[in-house]
Amino acid sequence: MTTMPRLITPERQQRSDPAAGWVGIAGGVVLAASAFLPWAYAFQALDGMSLFGYPSPLQILGMVLGLLVAGLIICSRRIKPRAKIRVGWVRGAKAAGTGALVFLILVTVAIALELGGLVNVVWGGWIALLGAVIAFVGTRLMVADPTPTLERATLPAWLEILAIAVVMAAVLFASAYVLNLDDGGAFVAFLAFLITVVAVMLRTGAMGWLSAVSRRHRQVLILSAFVVAFLFPFTQGGSDANMSIATQILIFAATAMGLNIVVGLAGLLDLGYIAFLGAGAFTAAVLSKSAFSTVNFHPPFLVTALISGLVAATLGLIIGSPTLRVSGDYLAIVTLGFGEIFRLTMGNLDGENGPNITRGPNGIPAIPNLEAGGFDFGKPHTILGFDLGRFANYYFLLLIFLAFVILVFTRLNNSRIGRGWVAIREDEKAAEAMGVNTFGLKLFAFASGAFLAGLAGSIKAHVDVSITPDQFIFLESAFLLAAIVLGGMGTVLGVLVGATLLKLLPEKLRFISEYRLLAFGLLLILMMRFRPEGLIPSQRRQLEFHEENEELAERIEEEVEDTGALKGAAL
Amino acid sequence: MTTAVEASGVSARDNGSAILVAENVTMRFGGLVAVDSVDLRVNRGEIMGLIGPNGAGKTTFFNCLTGLYVPTEGSVVFQGAVLPPKPRKVVIAGMARTFQNIRLFANMTALENVMVGRYCRTNTGPLTSIIRGPKFRRDEKATATRAQELLDFVGVGSTTDNLARHLSYGDQRRLEIARALATDPKLLLLDEPTAGMNPQETRQAEELIFKIRDLGLAVLVIEHDMRFIFNLCDRVLCLVQGRALIEGTPTEVQSDPRVIEAYIGTGPEDAADLEEFDEEHGNA
Repeated sequence: MTTMPRLITPERQQRSDPAAGWVGIAGGVVLAASAFLPWAYAFQALDGMSLFGYPSPLQILGMVLGLLVAGLIICSRRIKPRAKIRVGWVRGAKAAGTGALVFLILVTVAIALELGGLVNVVWGGWIALLGAVIAFVGTRLMVADPTPTLERATLPAWLEILAIAVVMAAVLFASAYVLNLDDGGAFVAFLAFLITVVAVMLRTGAMGWLSAVSRRHRQVLILSAFVVAFLFPFTQGGSDANMSIATQILIFAATAMGLNIVVGLAGLLDLGYIAFLGAGAFTAAVLSKSAFSTVNFHPPFLVTALISGLVAATLGLIIGSPTLRVSGDYLAIVTLGFGEIFRLTMGNLDGENGPNITRGPNGIPAIPNLEAGGFDFGKPHTILGFDLGRFANYYFLLLIFLAFVILVFTRLNNSRIGRGWVAIREDEKAAEAMGVNTFGLKLFAFASGAFLAGLAGSIKAHVDVSITPDQFIFLESAFLLAAIVLGGMGTVLGVLVGATLLKLLPEKLRFISEYRLLAFGLLLILMMRFRPEGLIPSQRRQLEFHEENEELAERIEEEVEDTGALKGAAL
Repeated sequence: MTTAVEASGVSARDNGSAILVAENVTMRFGGLVAVDSVDLRVNRGEIMGLIGPNGAGKTTFFNCLTGLYVPTEGSVVFQGAVLPPKPRKVVIAGMARTFQNIRLFANMTALENVMVGRYCRTNTGPLTSIIRGPKFRRDEKATATRAQELLDFVGVGSTTDNLARHLSYGDQRRLEIARALATDPKLLLLDEPTAGMNPQETRQAEELIFKIRDLGLAVLVIEHDMRFIFNLCDRVLCLVQGRALIEGTPTEVQSDPRVIEAYIGTGPEDAADLEEFDEEHGNA
C-alpha cells in the first residue's frame, strides 16, 4: 500500500487515461478468451480446467471477471454521464481488475499446490494470468470517476422488486453451488469471485442502490429472503450431506442471535452462553423418549421445548442476578466460570458423584426423532417430486425457529425496552438517573437470551441424536461471540453472515483444519484492526466505534431523516 | 404521609408548601466532610438557587438529594415521603436532574433521548413489544408525541432526528432539560445549566426556567453565574466548605459580607479556586 501512491500518481493517471482504458479492455478480453484454453495439466486440479474449448465453472467465473472489466470500461466511455445520477463505472472496473488478478493468482497457486508444482499450470493458465495482470495495470492507470450517486435512482416498483428477486435467486444459486464445492482451492477461488462481485457492486454504486431499494421494499426483502432459504433444500436433490451442514449453521445462527440480544443490544459480555444451549439440550434429552433417559416423564415436544427454555432462563436469572451488578471484564470472567461449572456439573451428574441425571460424560444417546401430527422428522419425504431427507425436515423446523428468534430480536430492539438498552450502552449512570431500570433490563436481556438458547438446545438435542457434556466447551461460546463480532454487533444480517462463515469455512477448508484456530485468531485480529464494528454493523454501533468520524455520522443522520428512525437492526 | 413527615421531624407549619425537605444532610468521604449538616427546603412552584465557590460541596449535595450518594447522616424528604437512595426510585418519586457536564445519549437522536426519559412513565412490556398489538402502537405514539411536545417546549423542536452529539452546546443543555421533563417531575434539579454559555444563551435559559416554573414545577438550580442566579431565584442557599452559610432572598444573600468574602476571597485562596475551576472544566 505504501508504494502504490508513488507508483501511480494522479498526474500519471491523467496522462495515461485514454490508453489505459484500451489496455484494460484488452486485458479483460484476453482473460475472457483464455477460459476456453486449458489452464492445468491434469483434470484433477480444482474443477477440471485441462480441456481445450470446454471451460470449467471456475474458468467461466474468470471469463465473467474479464468481461466485467472490459464491459465496465466500455460503459464508462460510451454512456454519457448524467448530472444527478452518477455510476462509478471506472471505480467498478478497478475493483474488477484487482479481483480478477487475485482470483487468477489464487487459481494458479491452487493448481500448483494440488498437482505439485507450478509446472502443472499450462499455457492457457499463464495467458489468463497475463490477461488479469494487464487488466489490473490498465484499470489502475485510469482516472477514477466521482463518487457514485446511483442510490438516487428510482425505478417502477415492480422493477425494483424484480431486482430484489434476481439478487435473491443469485444468492440461492451461489449458496447451493458453494456447498457443493468439495475442493478447497475451488472454494477459496469462488469466495474471491464473490467478494469481487460485491466489491464491484459497492464501487459502482449498485450496492447503494440495492440497499435503498431494500429499504423501500423491506417486507418484500424479508419475505424473499425466507422464500430463498425455504427453497434451498430443494436444490440438494435429497442429499443429506449439505443439509446436515445447513442445519448446524441454523442452530448456530439461532443461538448466536439469542446471544446478540445480550451482547449486541444490552452490551453485556457473556462468555458462557453455550451453557444455556446445553441446559436446553440436556433438558430436552432427559425428557425425550430416549432409552437412556433418566426420568419417567416424557411430555410432547412443544412442552419439552418450553420447559427447556424455562430451565435455561431460570439458570440465566440465577447466574445473572448476582453477577450483573459487576460489569465489563468482571462479568466476562464470571460468565466464563459459569460456563465451565455447567459443563463440569453435567459431567458429574452420573449417579456416582451426584444424582444420575445426565449419565455423566456418556451423555444421553439415541434421542428419537421428532414427530408432529404423523410427520416423522427422521424419514425422507417427497414433496412435488423433490426428495427431502432427515436433515431437510429439521432444516425447515429450524428455519421457522430462526424466524421466531429474529422476530423477537428486532421487535425488542425497536421498542421501549430496546431504547432502554441503548441508553444503558451509551451511559449507564445517566440512564439510571433518567429512571431507566438498568438492572432489570440487563437481567431481562440475560434471561430472554438464555430462554432462546434453551429453545434452540431442545431442537439441537433431536437433530444431533446424542448429547454429551463435551459438546458445550468454552470454545463454542467463543465461536458464538466471534460470529457476532465478525458479522456485526446488534444486527440480524451481520450475525447470520458471521454464523454462516464460521460454520461453513471449517467444513470447506478441511486442508487447513490443523491451523483452523490460528486462522480464526488472525481473522479476528484483522477485523479488530480494520473494521471493529463487524462486517455488517448496525448504524448505532458504527457510530459508537467511530466517535470521531463526523462524515459517517452525518451520512447516517441523513438516512435517519429519510426513514425516520435509526436502524438498530439493519436487515 | 403525615407519619413520614413527623418521623423526619419537620414541624407542622412547614408542611403545607414544602416539596423537598433535606435536614442535617452530611456526606463524608473517609475523613473528608464534603457536606456538613446542610438543611434545605424547596417550596412548591419555587425556584431555589444553590450557590457557593468551587469545592463547596454543591454537586455532592445534589447527588445526595438524587440518590446517587447515600448521605452519611440526615434525611431527604420529598412530598412527605423519605426518598429511597436509588436514582431510579428518586425519578419515579418525581425528581429529575440534569448533569453538570452534559450526559446525553450521544448516539441517539434528540427524540429518542427524550423518549428514554418517558421510560419510567410507560409500561410497555416485552410481550407487548413482541406481539405489537394496538396497545404497543398506542403507547409508542403517545411517547413520541409527548417527546416531540417537550422538544418544542424547550425550543429544540426542529432537531428531532438529529443525533444528540450534533446539537450545539446550548441545544444539548436544552435537550437534557427536555429529557428530564419527560419523566414528569414535580421538582427539577439543574446542575449548572448555563455553564459555558454566552450571555444571550444564558438569558434564553433563564426564560426557559421561568417557563418551567410556570408549569407548576419547583426548580433547584446550582449555578456560578451570580447575576443569573439573583435574577432567577426566589430564594438562594449559599454553601461554603460544605456548610450552609446563609439562606434567604437574592437581595439578602447578595449583600451579605460573608458571601462576598467567600467569593472574592483573599489573594492565595482565590488563585487556588481559579486553578480548581480550570481543572474541573478542562476535564469535563
